[in-house]
Amino acid sequence: MTYAVPGRPPIRVGRFSGVWRGRLAAVTALGIGLLVLLAALNIGLGDVRISLGDVLGALVGGGDRAQRFIVLQLRLPRTLTGLLVGAALGMAGAITQALTRNPLASPDLLGVTGGAGAAALAVIALGGGGSGTAVGLLGGGGSGTAVGLLAGAGVPLAALIGGLLAAAVVYGLAYRRGMLTDRLVLVGVGVNAVAVAITSWLLVVAHVDQAAQATVWLTGSLNGRGWEHVVPVALALAVLMPAGLLVSFGLGALALGDDTASGLGVRVNRYRVTLGLIALVLAAVATAGAGPIGFVALVVPQICQRLVRAATPPLLTSAVYGALLTVTGDLIARTALPAELPVGIVTAVLGTPYLLYLLGRRNRGVTL
Amino acid sequence: MTEPAARLRAHQLRLGYGDEVVIDGLDLDVLDGTVTAVIGPNGCGKSTLLRGLARLLPARSGHVLLDGRRIDRYPTREVAKVLGVLPQAPVAPDGLTVADLVSRGRHPHQAWYRQWSGDDEQAVAEALAWTGMSECAERTVDTLSGGQRQRVWISMALAQGTDILLLDEPTTFLDLAHQVDVLDLVERLHREKGRTVVMVLHDLNLAARYAGRLVAMRDGAVVADGPPEEVLTASLLRTVFDLEARVIEDPVAGTPLVIPIGRRHRDDRADRADTEQADTDRADPNPDRADTDRADPEQADTDPDHDPDRADPDSRTATRIVDARADHRASNRR
Repeated sequence: MTYAVPGRPPIRVGRFSGVWRGRLAAVTALGIGLLVLLAALNIGLGDVRISLGDVLGALVGGGDRAQRFIVLQLRLPRTLTGLLVGAALGMAGAITQALTRNPLASPDLLGVTGGAGAAALAVIALGGGGSGTAVGLLGGGGSGTAVGLLAGAGVPLAALIGGLLAAAVVYGLAYRRGMLTDRLVLVGVGVNAVAVAITSWLLVVAHVDQAAQATVWLTGSLNGRGWEHVVPVALALAVLMPAGLLVSFGLGALALGDDTASGLGVRVNRYRVTLGLIALVLAAVATAGAGPIGFVALVVPQICQRLVRAATPPLLTSAVYGALLTVTGDLIARTALPAELPVGIVTAVLGTPYLLYLLGRRNRGVTL
Repeated sequence: MTEPAARLRAHQLRLGYGDEVVIDGLDLDVLDGTVTAVIGPNGCGKSTLLRGLARLLPARSGHVLLDGRRIDRYPTREVAKVLGVLPQAPVAPDGLTVADLVSRGRHPHQAWYRQWSGDDEQAVAEALAWTGMSECAERTVDTLSGGQRQRVWISMALAQGTDILLLDEPTTFLDLAHQVDVLDLVERLHREKGRTVVMVLHDLNLAARYAGRLVAMRDGAVVADGPPEEVLTASLLRTVFDLEARVIEDPVAGTPLVIPIGRRHRDDRADRADTEQADTDRADPNPDRADTDRADPEQADTDPDHDPDRADPDSRTATRIVDARADHRASNRR
């Protein structure tokens, strides 16, 4: 069948209308299928193997008590945390790359991850961390009290605040009569460097046990994630992801440049701040949930863009594949390697070759 | 006599970047249904004016009125249904198809839940057909030639369906044939669709041919404003461009035709003899040079022979040959 405009078959239901993109739908559906499969495997495999049938049984309330405990209290929340965090990172990366029109832009680059890491580390190293006992190494004074308060609230909250704070600093420094993307990226790199420096300093001054704990957190780990981690991340995503998808409607116009987009009726500065904020909060929430899991936000949107042959990273598809990469990474980290590694190391190993490939293309003068 | 209607007007407009004021106190009425070309030397504020009219650059003082309403107080999406703008040398992301790019012209008519209505589809199909790009609809923009690409952008502006269209140097980076092609398209937009067009142009002769009104600017102010016959005069070219020129009648269009007189031709009449001599050597069988000859006869004239040994012993001519070769190489690289 031919359409009035080749390559843009319409789908229209009542007042709703859009373009049917078969490739996008197929790739996304495939990603969801793989995600369900890998999530099920991640729940079934481990020191105690549980068959897929028993996993399903446990999920609906069957199976024996041990299986139900392992599935419902240990592996399901861990898998869900990985899934949600990966989805958030995938979408956050797709948004930042589309907004900055820069394939190397990711929340890692914009300071969020660094800020979250430094703040979380401050709590772990100086406040006693997840145990919740506010040791208060700084002792007395206003800052000591602040750290103590943060320690009480926990590492995730500190990471969230640190990430948002770093994002605010990046935005504040980069905004000057409009948000120029080059400046945003440069300031982001700078702020990230400061955060990394603080992190290193904290690792040096921290007690050796806490430093070890902090190092695990800093590579991004899904170890010991329970429902208390799933619920807040899920709630945040329930708001942020639909908001991102709705607002992303303007990205098509923005991809044509600021002036063209303005001419098409997009308030470019306000738009970039709004959507950028959604992406940064998504990234901060993800980092709060599982620590800074590297490369997901950077690599996944680029892979998805090539898979669906789009001109800009697809948001929803990136979320699905971000979740897929993270859950797969966790599965490999838990089962395939001799020692259980944090998931962030696995995603980094999977993602680094791709980053090098991208950099190589860029150095050869190919415009990305 | 009734005033001709002008939906887009600038009143005492002041525009600038940072601390620099580029335009101060400019008044301009863009008459409905006309094609206006803004001309002037580099840095005179042509593009700044266009950006101001298009609300891409906010007014420092004064204002731009669209349908009697201050454009900065108009919802920008509503403005985008009336006023379209094509920036200079717009860039599409790699991998974007022609149909998708043209469809983005529909953005002001869409919402998140309505991204491809029947109206959208019809407008885009028409715009593609009208610019002759329907055949290329599924190709990606980066595989097109510069001239085709500009057609696609104009197609996008057409799909936007605005009565007023502002074009910032729509012919930049195009060879002469494609410049004429794009301007023919603009002319048809005006004639067949009744669109009001304001465009910044560098080529004075093309501006005179395709615009009913020329606005000549220098140092951020309008120096002359009127039909090409009145604006393009030798004295104005001296005032606006610091250019000595003769203006004759264009043998094809009957519009003014500017013949620039460079320093070379002012200082030394002997050059003429050289040029005429070279003209008789034009039947050069060397196919490599055919393109250069057509693109720039002046350059070829100064290069009467490829063999450097046979170059004119006159040192002045020899230097010019070297210059022409350098130019030739430079243009090849481009």
